[in-house]
Amino acid sequence: MPPATPAPFRGPGPYTRPVPAAVIDLRSVGVRLGDTPILRDLDLRVEAGEAVGLIGANGSGKTTLLRLLATLLAPTDGEGAVLGASLSSPERFAVRPRIGLIGHTPGLYPQLTLEENLAFVARIAGIPGEAVGEVLDRVGLGLARHRRAAACSHGMQRRGEFARVMLTRPDLLLLDEAHAGLDSQAADLVAHLVEGVRRRGGAAVVVSHEPGRIAPLVGRFVELQAGAVADPGTAAS
Amino acid sequence: MTGLWRQAWEIARKDLRTEFRTGEVLLITVPFGAAALMLIPLAIGVDAPLLERVGPGMYWSVVLLFGVLVTVRQSAADGPAQMDVLTLLGLDPAARFAGRAGASALLLLVFEAVLAPLALALYGSDPRGWWWVLAVLPLVAVGLGLLGTLAAAIAAGVASTTLVPLIVVPLSVPMLLAASQVTEGIRVGATIFGWLLLLVVMDLLLAVAGVLSARPLQEAAR
Repeated sequence: MPPATPAPFRGPGPYTRPVPAAVIDLRSVGVRLGDTPILRDLDLRVEAGEAVGLIGANGSGKTTLLRLLATLLAPTDGEGAVLGASLSSPERFAVRPRIGLIGHTPGLYPQLTLEENLAFVARIAGIPGEAVGEVLDRVGLGLARHRRAAACSHGMQRRGEFARVMLTRPDLLLLDEAHAGLDSQAADLVAHLVEGVRRRGGAAVVVSHEPGRIAPLVGRFVELQAGAVADPGTAAS
Repeated sequence: MTGLWRQAWEIARKDLRTEFRTGEVLLITVPFGAAALMLIPLAIGVDAPLLERVGPGMYWSVVLLFGVLVTVRQSAADGPAQMDVLTLLGLDPAARFAGRAGASALLLLVFEAVLAPLALALYGSDPRGWWWVLAVLPLVAVGLGLLGTLAAAIAAGVASTTLVPLIVVPLSVPMLLAASQVTEGIRVGATIFGWLLLLVVMDLLLAVAGVLSARPLQEAAR
């Protein structure tokens, strides 16, 4: 598999709206599922051009926070905004295409090839199809483009997810367990993606159980403990 | 093509491509539907007049019951991760509804078309009457496709796929009645306009309900 190219992808992402100074702005936000509080009284501000590492034990609320930031969950308490859109109002629907989320489970369709998966994404998002081949080459999947996702290893599927995010060029990048299942070459892609978003004036939140691996990528760490911010900003250095 | 119809077309194309590769409808549901059609004459026995009389009703019952399986087929289901991707791509929930319902309607039409000649052969019905039924096939396919997709979205909102048949079967009764009555009306020479109108109205109501409820149901499913 060829190594990932370090230069930021300059593809034709369709989203060119200006990024607000505070990409993420949460004030006393809480999320409850039924009666169970998952996030409590959470304050978080992430500026444009900033990358933040999110750490915490299992069950501390990291994934829930990422889903909240992706507008896939609405806060049950407090107020929050992402890319200038309130998380509690329908205006959050409009910023969704500007958010890139790579979660635990790959979102590829198993019966489609890698190329078909990305072409589908491009057509839904209104992105020119020529970019698909380019991003597949960049993540080292050029030779596997005709392989069905079901026949790809977990690491290859993760690379496919990276290719999707490269294609859509989000202003806010959310990475859950950034290095899970990745070899060292693919790990470079994480740095490449985070750096690309920062250079474009966006922001990134990177969750990892290995703070040492993401320390070079992020400016500071935020630690979650039982759904609350235990440490709002230890410098990554 | 506007954004909504372009996105709906992409969803339908993806669903159909997946179906062609998994064969869930053509290789599993169609043979089971055919087996159900064959079992009924075995249960009734060789009573040609009775078989001819119950034939249309049996055919539509099999189409509606097995059609539920077509609309909730696993190969077209989006898992949580795929739903997240679609949502963050800015996919209009109404486009997803329309695309899924459209793909299901096409597969249901194939399902109906494969079973119809078999029903004719097994039940010995007068093929002249059945010709007119061709007009009903697309109306039922579209209606059932819309109903199944809407029911799947409602069931996803309450995280229980077992609800789908409980929603679809009672609501499909008017379709079963209308389709059977059209066939019977043609056989005995009665007017069928009212029943055809019922099918058209049901399709329109289901389409409007599905489009209007698509976003609230998608958000509720999170």
